[in-house]
Amino acid sequence: MTTTSRIAGAESARRVTHIRPTRGWVALDLRELWEYRELLYFLTWRDIKVRYKQTVLGAAWAIIQPFFTMVVFSIFFGKLAKVPSDGLPYPIFAYAALVPWTFFANGLSQSSNSLVGSQNLIKKIYFPRLAIPIATTLSGGVDFVLAFVVLLGMMLYYGIVPTANVVWLPLLAALTLVTSLAVGLWLSAMNVQFRDVRYTIPFLSQFWLFATPIAYPSSLLPEPWSTVYGINPMVGVVEGFRWALLGTETAPGRMVLISSLAAVGLLIGGAYYFRRMEKTFADVV
Amino acid sequence: MSEVAIKAEGLTKQYFIGSRQRQHDTVRDLLADVLATPFRRAANLLRGRATGAADLDRSIFALKDVSFEVARGEVLGIIGRNGAGKSTLLKILSRITEPTAGHAEIHGRIGSLLEVGTGFHPELTGRENIYLNGAILGMSRTDLDRQFDEIVGFAEVDEFIDTPVKHYSSGMYLRLAFAVAAHLEPETLLVDEVLAVGDVKFQRKCIGKMEDVANEGRTVLFVSHNLGSIRQLCDTCILLHGGRIRARGTPDEVIRRYVTAGAQSSNADVTPDRTSQRSGTGEGRIGRCSVLNAAGVNDSCLGIGEPFRLRLEISLSAGKDPIVAGFEVKQMDGLQVLNLRSDGQGISFELDGASERHVIEIEVPGLPLYPGTYAIEPWFAFKNGRRIDHLHEALTVSFEPRGHFESERMIQSGRGVVLVDCQWQLEKTETT
Repeated sequence: MTTTSRIAGAESARRVTHIRPTRGWVALDLRELWEYRELLYFLTWRDIKVRYKQTVLGAAWAIIQPFFTMVVFSIFFGKLAKVPSDGLPYPIFAYAALVPWTFFANGLSQSSNSLVGSQNLIKKIYFPRLAIPIATTLSGGVDFVLAFVVLLGMMLYYGIVPTANVVWLPLLAALTLVTSLAVGLWLSAMNVQFRDVRYTIPFLSQFWLFATPIAYPSSLLPEPWSTVYGINPMVGVVEGFRWALLGTETAPGRMVLISSLAAVGLLIGGAYYFRRMEKTFADVV
Repeated sequence: MSEVAIKAEGLTKQYFIGSRQRQHDTVRDLLADVLATPFRRAANLLRGRATGAADLDRSIFALKDVSFEVARGEVLGIIGRNGAGKSTLLKILSRITEPTAGHAEIHGRIGSLLEVGTGFHPELTGRENIYLNGAILGMSRTDLDRQFDEIVGFAEVDEFIDTPVKHYSSGMYLRLAFAVAAHLEPETLLVDEVLAVGDVKFQRKCIGKMEDVANEGRTVLFVSHNLGSIRQLCDTCILLHGGRIRARGTPDEVIRRYVTAGAQSSNADVTPDRTSQRSGTGEGRIGRCSVLNAAGVNDSCLGIGEPFRLRLEISLSAGKDPIVAGFEVKQMDGLQVLNLRSDGQGISFELDGASERHVIEIEVPGLPLYPGTYAIEPWFAFKNGRRIDHLHEALTVSFEPRGHFESERMIQSGRGVVLVDCQWQLEKTETT
């Protein structure tokens, strides 16, 4: 799309912007994104600020969503269907998975609609468009932290002490972020062209919820299938969270590795696809 | 002055419009196509092509082979009628959209203002929106910290700076939005018609601020319909027409060309096609419409105050109710000057035999309008007010002084709408 280069002038470095049509795949130009980091910061900050404006319950929504899903799961899957829970109390077994899941699912649906929702910006001003879905995904981090605090409270209640594996938790959280962003990039870019995406999202996240071991443990699957299962990046996230915090027996090392590879692959592909479609956004959205 | 700030070569932008009508001979063909379409589109999507373009066969050139250079520190005005390509040009230069062909290079930091208040969020306070909007426009936080008080002072919203902007009056909102924008300090600034905000007093302040910017030696590209501010602010001016550069020179020359030579771009006899800009229920259509001068000849150049006739061919496919007809006259900047309608004078028409063509002729006495180019938009409606068809910017005519008035002086004197012949007298009175 555009290339920017600096020419060292006599007085100061002057920048030259070249504008010409592009074809096919385009470089990611992460340096430019870095130059716009303040915008990224403000967009994230805006999304956080306005997230629960004019709601009665406010930030409590961040907790209500996973917590009540946990209650429902505990009643139907834990109590009635007697789904195994790797020897843990079912409520905390489900909730430890629902915390990253909620972050993922909300990030997915919000970032998918983010470009369409920002069309007034896209049509009126230039900045790296990647900033929009990234900011939307990042802003979900606040909800994640709030829901996580409740998880800590529940661990206290059930008297569960995290193992030393808890040091892996930041990486697992990063994996959640990467997965959510990766899917968000694909879907947001497609949504500009095809509003079909908007109708796919509720269906997709419901499907994905059951394709991820949230209400049930992945140990229900025999090897090697439980490792193959890791192709769904959320599998590695969820099992990793349980392992790091609650100390489930099965070390999900291979599963997390596969999930990470899948997530990074999805992210790189998504970013390139996004950049390729980017030039059409202002005209089509 | 010789240093180049912006250099554009052959900039072209093609848009695809209108959808292809596929022919289906059988229901089977139709079904096959309905089933195949999603796959065809998905394939395009994966190939990274704008799928819209693949389905559309009609294209228009919003910009065609536009080349120009702007020297560092030059203030360049861009004028032209709606749809001439002004906004497209700014959008390409500000990198919002890509050109289809051509190349441009811009030296130095660019800032663009295609709208004030881009990204303002109603739930955020004035203070928060200043930082958000500033960041969107490309200002750094340190710049914003430094200029914060100045921005607030300029916008005159000191007391309300911590109130969510959704509680602002529209005037306050616009003032704040302009104030942030006005403190953008890039080396090259692209501005699209953002001056006309707020009340008269604030508008004057805005123009003043723009003058400061222009005098600071920054390069400015300024798109406006307001010929007065173009004249006031710009060193040179470009006239765009139909996506091409029609004239370039000093603002005075180019504006004169735009205003008086409107005849070249006028169109006083059109037969609109299906894709013309129109609105209405579609129960009938305006066909050919034309402007005839006092001699009964088709003419797009009329004398101020001279009578003319407007001829409209209409057809009605449904309904037997009486109809009323009318036309709007608009300045090229969109300001509506007149809306004359038959029912305003208690006149309606009964069309016998629907689907027959009818012609409505309107005798218009001389219109006392300022010299310049105007759009005439004919419409007709049912008597109950349901508008059947309205052609937007159908006809363009120019009104010329033709000796009655001194055109030079009037165009110079700024804006106006109506012009009448007055009797001017000087009398000497006895002092007591």
